[in-house]
Amino acid sequence: MKSGTTTSACLALLRRDLLLLWRRRGDALNPMLFAVIVVALFPFALGPETAVLARIAAGTIFVAVLLAMLLSLDALFRSDLEDGSLEQLVLSPHPLSLLLGCKVFVHWLTTALPLILIAPLLAQLLSLPPNMLPVLLVALALATPLLSLIGAVCVALTVGMRRSGMLLTLLVLPLIVPALIFGAGACNAAQDGLAYSAPLLWLAAWLVLSLVLAPLAAAAALKISLT
Amino acid sequence: MPHSETESLPLLQAQSLCFARNDEAIFGPLDFELRPGDVVLIEGDNGSGKTTLLKVLSGLLEPSSGNVLLHGVPLTLAKLSHQVALLGHLPGLKLELSALENLRFATGMGGIRPGITPRLALASVGLEGYGDVPLRTLSAGQRKRVALARLLLVPAALWLLDEPYANLDREGIELVNRLLDNHAHRGGAALITSHGAYAFTSGMPRRIALRPAA
Amino acid sequence: MNPLLLWFHKLGSPPYFYRFAGRWLPWLYALALISGCAGFYGALFTAPADYQQGDSFRILYVHVPCAWMSLFAYLFMAANGFVALVWRIKLSETLAMASAPIGAAFTFITLVTGSLWGKPTWGTWWTWDARLTSELVLLFLYFGVIGLYHAIEDRRQAARAAAFLALVGIVNLPIVHYSVIWWNTLHQAQTVSLLGPSKIAPSMLWPLLTLAFATHVYFFASLLARTRVALLELESGKDWVRALLPSPETGHG
Repeated sequence: MKSGTTTSACLALLRRDLLLLWRRRGDALNPMLFAVIVVALFPFALGPETAVLARIAAGTIFVAVLLAMLLSLDALFRSDLEDGSLEQLVLSPHPLSLLLGCKVFVHWLTTALPLILIAPLLAQLLSLPPNMLPVLLVALALATPLLSLIGAVCVALTVGMRRSGMLLTLLVLPLIVPALIFGAGACNAAQDGLAYSAPLLWLAAWLVLSLVLAPLAAAAALKISLT
Repeated sequence: MPHSETESLPLLQAQSLCFARNDEAIFGPLDFELRPGDVVLIEGDNGSGKTTLLKVLSGLLEPSSGNVLLHGVPLTLAKLSHQVALLGHLPGLKLELSALENLRFATGMGGIRPGITPRLALASVGLEGYGDVPLRTLSAGQRKRVALARLLLVPAALWLLDEPYANLDREGIELVNRLLDNHAHRGGAALITSHGAYAFTSGMPRRIALRPAA
Repeated sequence: MNPLLLWFHKLGSPPYFYRFAGRWLPWLYALALISGCAGFYGALFTAPADYQQGDSFRILYVHVPCAWMSLFAYLFMAANGFVALVWRIKLSETLAMASAPIGAAFTFITLVTGSLWGKPTWGTWWTWDARLTSELVLLFLYFGVIGLYHAIEDRRQAARAAAFLALVGIVNLPIVHYSVIWWNTLHQAQTVSLLGPSKIAPSMLWPLLTLAFATHVYFFASLLARTRVALLELESGKDWVRALLPSPETGHG
């Protein structure tokens, strides 16, 4: 009798979720589209002066990316709950936190990574100075996994609800304020010619902490919501 | 093999098991045990707590009092050993994926019995040739059969089946009974619920009646 | 068992807590009222005006105790949430959820008084001062806990989920606080702070401490009152609640 190992379980879950995403690949474009639209609205509101736009570029891109991710967060466990897969996941003999970690990784891969990839385009739209782009990309690469991880804990708490969108926003946003401050702050500091490594390091430290704690917290939260 | 040792212990044991939601008793106290080869039917009306009982026995819900023992070990520890397979109201299948992809995922998560493959399991539930089409295109009864094929694949000794006869035609009901018989002969045990609307072709050896707690 | 532990054990039972809270409530309210009046008398009449800020500094006597209480109530909620999640004590769930709206109210008062003070001092109703911003985030955290509690049907499950959120919040709170401080120093010159580093004269200090005491007592009084009501609601089917009702014989005539 061959019982599956935890590694093979995680791989199976990753493969299935990626396959599912490939089958519904049209949906994966939505966060990107949303971010582009949000960013494109700012020049209309503020006027097309390059200096003004460059000043707010990093912050605007950050907010747009966070909102776009927040929109897709709601669906993290939804389909699994509706077809009973979530129940099977909780019942599986493998550590639930690891399995949820895999799901969060897939979420990051499919929503945050495309957003990071189009960040140069967004930066161009808002005339961010080109030498600031690396700082922006690093900051986004550190801040987006944080949102996926902390968001997963909050989604796990609201998993049984029919209309959780607004509540989810209320739960996630206060927790994610530091990611915005440090991420956009690092970009602004770089733009002002100040040292910007400290906020990035803080972000990295917080990310490491969340990588360890958030899957455990999400598993505990999910068990609370499912009982 | 320490087989004789485990033989003496019941596969599943419920000891004065009670469940209450918000201090309102749903069922209990229940005392019963399942030995290898037992197939037990849980009967009760809608709302009598059949589904809740299965959730408690599988470890999804915690009992408010009493114990569930698997091979004499409390459930929380036994959960780590691939012994229980639950088939709930929701089949836990992805409609965008094909039957084979769904089954491969199930074996990746729960392991696989020796001598069987997803394709063989599909054939034994009568779905030969349906392995590669998306589940979305199959009927509700066919999807149910895919869920049954999962039970054949994963190496769980104890099956907890919630309304396995729902959505199935006469042939499907016979299939479930045949699967249960085979499982029992292999030394497995099963607990199934039904609200009693079906006439079973094979006689169920034992029944547990659930009455709504007063 | 040691008598203190035994007492705690007994306190965890809803009917016992209901009676206990009922006994203490009037005394706590009276104590809060008396110490509050004394504190306000000191704050408004005996404390001298500040040489920099004039009389407007007196709002500090409301602002600072409320700011302390906003944090205290959150800590109290999270501590009870922890107990509720680990030992599954129903009373702790109720206490945690009862303290959330009180804490939110204190946070709200802190924000309002801060902005009222800001108008004469900074010339604007709102400024992104580090402390005020942290309080604003704290208010959102409170709203999240309260919102989650009311969004879930099952009362006990709702309390456990909201308690868990409160715990997640408390892990995050220091990070939020320090990030806000860093952000503030990056963007703003140092402004006059409501509670500056300067030493406070004793005549200014005692009303502050008295009022801090009064708000604490008020918090517990309000907490007990809310918990009593919540317990009645949660346990409405139980015998001890039925026994509190007027006897049914008189109703039936």
